[in-house]
Amino acid sequence: MVSSLEKTLVVMPAFNEEETVRAVVLEVFEKLPGISCLVVNDGSTDSTTAEALAGGALVATLPFNLGVGGAMRVGFRYALENGFDNVVQVDADGQHDPDGVRALLERLDSADLVLGARFAGEGDYSVKGPRRWAMVMLSQFLSRTARVKLTDTTSGFRMSGPRAVRLFAEHYPAEYLGDTIESLVIAARAKCVIVQVPVAMRVRAGGRPSHHPLKAAAYLARAVLALLFALVRPPVRLTDTVSST
Amino acid sequence: MTVATYILGVVSALVTLAVVVEMLRRRRLRERHAVWWIVAGTLALVIGVFPSTLIWAARLIGVAVPVNLVFFVSAAVLFLVCIQHSSELTALEEKTRLLAETAALQQMRIEQLERHLGSQRHAAQAEVSPAQRRSRDADTSR
Repeated sequence: MVSSLEKTLVVMPAFNEEETVRAVVLEVFEKLPGISCLVVNDGSTDSTTAEALAGGALVATLPFNLGVGGAMRVGFRYALENGFDNVVQVDADGQHDPDGVRALLERLDSADLVLGARFAGEGDYSVKGPRRWAMVMLSQFLSRTARVKLTDTTSGFRMSGPRAVRLFAEHYPAEYLGDTIESLVIAARAKCVIVQVPVAMRVRAGGRPSHHPLKAAAYLARAVLALLFALVRPPVRLTDTVSST
Repeated sequence: MTVATYILGVVSALVTLAVVVEMLRRRRLRERHAVWWIVAGTLALVIGVFPSTLIWAARLIGVAVPVNLVFFVSAAVLFLVCIQHSSELTALEEKTRLLAETAALQQMRIEQLERHLGSQRHAAQAEVSPAQRRSRDADTSR
């Protein structure tokens, strides 16, 4: 258990998160001793880098904003180049409880990608209205693609095992919603085993999910588009030999 | 057709070709981006000099009003150029993304190496004996 934690890299994409990032990094180290934490500063204009360093994290600073997908691929590449087996994404806004990482890690024995699902019974996180319908619809579609029941496919709280890390270091999508939806399609089609684990989610420290009907509709449209494009793209093959990078 | 419109057609085709060739010559335009413009300019020149070729081509394909053939071909050329640009933009964005990732990872590595080197130098300085330091100080004061 402890040795697995040492082989695990927490990747924290951070875009202007100076208020929360230090506390989240400190909480990660406190709750998960032995783990490594890489904060990817996604082109922030505030003091995110200094705050993350003060918390004791490794910091990679992107010269400009690439989005969550771009930041995550930096994490996957770093993990691959530095001998980490697993990568777990934790949001820098404190929405993900580091305690959940252990639950994800336990399921990684029999899976390549473990999702921390928000609506699977634990915690009191809820989303209503069209945004919720969009999430449910996506989940049903993606459950069929992944051949396993998934209830929360837009969750960013997820852990990748060695095979998924190798796949994502090269093929993690950068488009909006690509990091959650398309990455699942890519993993499923590369024959990665995907499972989900219920985790408690906290309310974000700053900002709230949008409930405006127009914005929710736009979100739904973009999600469906992202899904359609992901499904028509040629699948990526995952070779089992370690590629030299 | 009046002489004025005839001259207008030929001159505009020549200007198009001249601009493209001049930009190619100054390396402001790469060959693969210039291909469609050269094709369009050459077609315009041929039609400008020999307007009868347009009427012949329109009759061959079955276009009733020859000028519609001009519009159709123009739109097709613009479409091809736009698609080519969008595709190259996508490729460039992907390359930029890769470079940004690599820059971030290398920056991190450089900082780690510098820190490592700094602590090593620090340790080496601490190891210098007082006698050595005294003689070195004497050297520098001279």
